[in-house]
Amino acid sequence: MMAETMKLEIFRYRPEKESEPTFQTYEVPFLEDWVVLDAINHIKDEIDGTLSYRWSCRMGVCGSCGMMINGVPKLSCAAFLKDYYPDKILVEPLTGFPVERDLVIVMDDFMTKLTDMQPYIIRKEGEEKPLEEGEYLQSPAELARFKQYSMCINCMLCYAACPVYALDSTFIGPAAIALGQRYNMDSRDQGRDARQELIASHNGIWECTFVGECSAVCPEHVDPAAAIQRAKVSSTVDWFKDVLIPWGKKK
Amino acid sequence: MAGIGGVEMAKSNEPIWWSLFSAGGMVAAMVFPILIIITGILVPFGLAGDDPLNFERIHSAVSHPLIKLTLFAVISLPLFHWAHRFRFTLVDVGLKSVSTLISILCYGGAIVGTIVSVVILWNI
Amino acid sequence: MIRELTSIFVAGYCIFLLVLVYKLAQGADAYGNLMAALKSPSSVTLHLISLAFVLYHTITWFNLTPKILVLYRGEERIPQGLVAGTFYAGWVVVSVIVAWLVLGV
Repeated sequence: MMAETMKLEIFRYRPEKESEPTFQTYEVPFLEDWVVLDAINHIKDEIDGTLSYRWSCRMGVCGSCGMMINGVPKLSCAAFLKDYYPDKILVEPLTGFPVERDLVIVMDDFMTKLTDMQPYIIRKEGEEKPLEEGEYLQSPAELARFKQYSMCINCMLCYAACPVYALDSTFIGPAAIALGQRYNMDSRDQGRDARQELIASHNGIWECTFVGECSAVCPEHVDPAAAIQRAKVSSTVDWFKDVLIPWGKKK
Repeated sequence: MAGIGGVEMAKSNEPIWWSLFSAGGMVAAMVFPILIIITGILVPFGLAGDDPLNFERIHSAVSHPLIKLTLFAVISLPLFHWAHRFRFTLVDVGLKSVSTLISILCYGGAIVGTIVSVVILWNI
Repeated sequence: MIRELTSIFVAGYCIFLLVLVYKLAQGADAYGNLMAALKSPSSVTLHLISLAFVLYHTITWFNLTPKILVLYRGEERIPQGLVAGTFYAGWVVVSVIVAWLVLGV
């Protein structure tokens, strides 16, 4: 019996060879338990070793293998062939980012935004506990308040889904803001003022129109859209406090 | 460090527009459906009796300051809701290059509507 | 996108309300003419289209509210469904009160 096969149409761009991107179609075996990443690995190993793409864990943890699959940003390790069979699958690099090569995007913009957000615990000057005093304790309820936002794996699917980022890449974007919120809501953290400069800026939360696509594609159910709206509420409260009680600004 | 965020935030007017957008969205969500049902279905089809919005009754009701204030909120806040949402819709369909003009037209429109409503309500 | 377009109908109804209070200020005749105009097919059609869009606004608005309004009872987060449900219940109550006030039944 002939094994079943299916076709993958893959975006190709090799800057040293071609000035414009092209598409190349590959025929791969169809296996019930294969995901798109398995098919691409098969292409790389058996058919065409020149295909470039990022991947690592194969189990939705590392966040490396995000691609546009039939136009939808997905982790290719979580997109089963059987959900598309027998139709051809279109595989492209994540939209909204420059393409480095084939399915590999340039992620410098996201990395810069992530660093600028300072997504780590910040203590006020002089309030850092000496190491020998041990860790900062936190109750399960305090953890529950931000845990969802800490699940982000930096896969950038939310950026590829965001219509605002597609139009204007100066927008800080879903994942970076959600991670900022994650630390702002952490009872051990005191760095909100430092992050607020970025979050409440014109390129921060105010660009977002709550389309909600970021939350729809998030593989970890972080719900960055909700994080952004909640940041709008708290930034608005700050603003009214500043305007109505200006003498209360400096603590 | 504490002051930096505050200074930066004061520069952005977005919190005002966003608060008005939210307040207007809530008002529209709560009362516009029933108002439209009244003026668009119940009244024209005579389902609320003869002359349900009788001039004398409505006129004397609207003369009351509290009703005036309520009507003012019901007209003005949803206008700002429109202004904010429509501004971003226009920007998102690709008019980002003229975003300042769009902001002026949208919020300006809502401000004009608000002033007109104040003038009319004041003179009832 | 439909959600964003509802705002046009929201603004349209604001303008209608402005016209209504304007006619009210002008006197019984002007107001009476507007009331008569409400019976015209074009007015009814426009109202029905607006109603569809405004209802869409109401539903999307209340469904997203619990994402923004995160409430806690003690240490437990109040479920999103309960927050949204409270808004829907409030909507019904407000609608009844508005109908009662406006129609004076």
